[in-house]
Amino acid sequence: MPKTIAEINERIKRGQAVVATADEIIDLAREKGIARTAAEVDVVTTGTFGPMCSSGAYINTGHSQSRIKMGGGQAFLNDVPAYTGFAAVDLFIGANALPDADPRNRVHPGEFNYGGGHVIEELVAGKDVRLVAHAYGTDCYPRRELDTLVSINDLNEAVLFNIRNAYQNYNVAVNASSKTIYTYMGILKPNLGNATYCSAGQLSPLLNDPFYNTVGIGTRIFLGGGTGYVTWQGTQFNPDVPRTANGVPRRGAGTIAVIGDLKQMSSRYLRGISMLGYGVTMAVGIGLPIPILSEEILAYTLVTDADILAPVVDYAGAYPNRSSEVLAEVSYAELKSGQIKVRGATIPAASLSSYQRAVEIAQTLKKWIERSEFFLTERVAPLPGVESGMSLKPLTERR
Amino acid sequence: MANTTVSHRVILHFPSRVVNQPVISNFIKNYDLSFNIMKASIIPDQEGYVMLELSGDQDKYNAGISYLHDAGVRIEPFSQNVQRSDERCVQCGACVGFCPTEAFHLDGVARAVVFNNNLCVACGLCLTACPARAMQLRF
Ligand code: SF4
Ligand code: SF4
Repeated sequence: MPKTIAEINERIKRGQAVVATADEIIDLAREKGIARTAAEVDVVTTGTFGPMCSSGAYINTGHSQSRIKMGGGQAFLNDVPAYTGFAAVDLFIGANALPDADPRNRVHPGEFNYGGGHVIEELVAGKDVRLVAHAYGTDCYPRRELDTLVSINDLNEAVLFNIRNAYQNYNVAVNASSKTIYTYMGILKPNLGNATYCSAGQLSPLLNDPFYNTVGIGTRIFLGGGTGYVTWQGTQFNPDVPRTANGVPRRGAGTIAVIGDLKQMSSRYLRGISMLGYGVTMAVGIGLPIPILSEEILAYTLVTDADILAPVVDYAGAYPNRSSEVLAEVSYAELKSGQIKVRGATIPAASLSSYQRAVEIAQTLKKWIERSEFFLTERVAPLPGVESGMSLKPLTERR
Repeated sequence: MANTTVSHRVILHFPSRVVNQPVISNFIKNYDLSFNIMKASIIPDQEGYVMLELSGDQDKYNAGISYLHDAGVRIEPFSQNVQRSDERCVQCGACVGFCPTEAFHLDGVARAVVFNNNLCVACGLCLTACPARAMQLRF
């Protein structure tokens, strides 16, 4: 018996909604069967918390007296450059931005202790951040220099806007070369010395809705400790990848672009992150609610770590050279056991995303719904499906 | 008889009355140890510390350490100073992969990352390898 989102919201309002996390639903359905579980459960909550590089925030600082036009000039938040290609006092700060004075990889591996992700974390935490700007001056915006402290409460708008988050599945990184490498997937020891991965597996948002049957533009989500919305498919959206029999992508596939008011988020779920030898980024917490509108939708949420396969990729060879070579496929059950087998070798595996925090997010979202604090939204448009023919294009260089 | 060479990382705490004395230079000169200063803060008339890696002959090392002790310097092994900020730690588990002594492990189904200070040998790797910079030197 299919339900509608309006019916589920009515039950949320009355405090009667039945919610389970994507972990809990597995045992529940095993016990009660699919038909009964689909009838009884209204929402399955998912969660993920890991480094998501294409994250950032836009802010409107308000106008100084006299006015300054930062647009077309330069602006820095705690020495980290913000993008000034907008109007006078609108800035965008990206998670990967680095202070001009950061030594980068001049001494390899660089430490990358502070950058855009850390600025966003400090803003969210309510700390003062130093805003410095240089402008060229105009008749209407005469000021050329600005140096002031600002906090999130001083800003007109502070909006998190991440153009690619919550990758549906991801590479497992190894290093087949003979020297240690420092990557966005962490430190990889030579000769397949270790493996790193970055997904919450069976709890991960888009792995529980593999064909985007419910998620779409306008879906309300848990974002960074507050609420946010899916605004679009994320960049590099690539639905047409090899999938297992139950539809789970075996490669990185779908992504989402998300937005939300930074002022109601928390630094527990937005964290500046430093990847040795690589750069800075931000760990973002996202939780996607999946309305159980049908048995089919429920069935997809029953995916387990053992069902999800991820490609093992050599980050010293195949990855930098953009080769599609995959050394092996391993399941998240194997990854979470702490050891995987690649070409006969047993390799220790460690995670870069936090499973513990992912569980916390799925549980928090569950609690919000049970307490009638979070309502589901009807999507305005779906994300492109496999049939869209959308694919990931490489950059072909030409002159 | 072959001499054993040792290498230790220690933190020397200098009470203010010792700071102005040539303790360190005597120590280095008289005990023939090689050293690598990793961090230091010495200001005249105030408490100070030097964090260094000392290596040399075991007997001379022991004698040098007792000289420092007698001179009023407090000596601390480095490992107890590698600490985790639970506020900064995001529980990712990356350290389980890179710590050479397996001082970190994942606990149970909840997969909480547990740090066992007793297993730490203060190699210093986690100070820059932890993505959240949660591992810190405190003293
Ligand atoms: S790598 Fe750092 S942040 Fe991650 S679990 Fe270990 S100590 Fe915590
Ligand atoms: S200092 Fe070295 S041994 Fe100690 S916890 Fe960090 S990585 Fe492990």
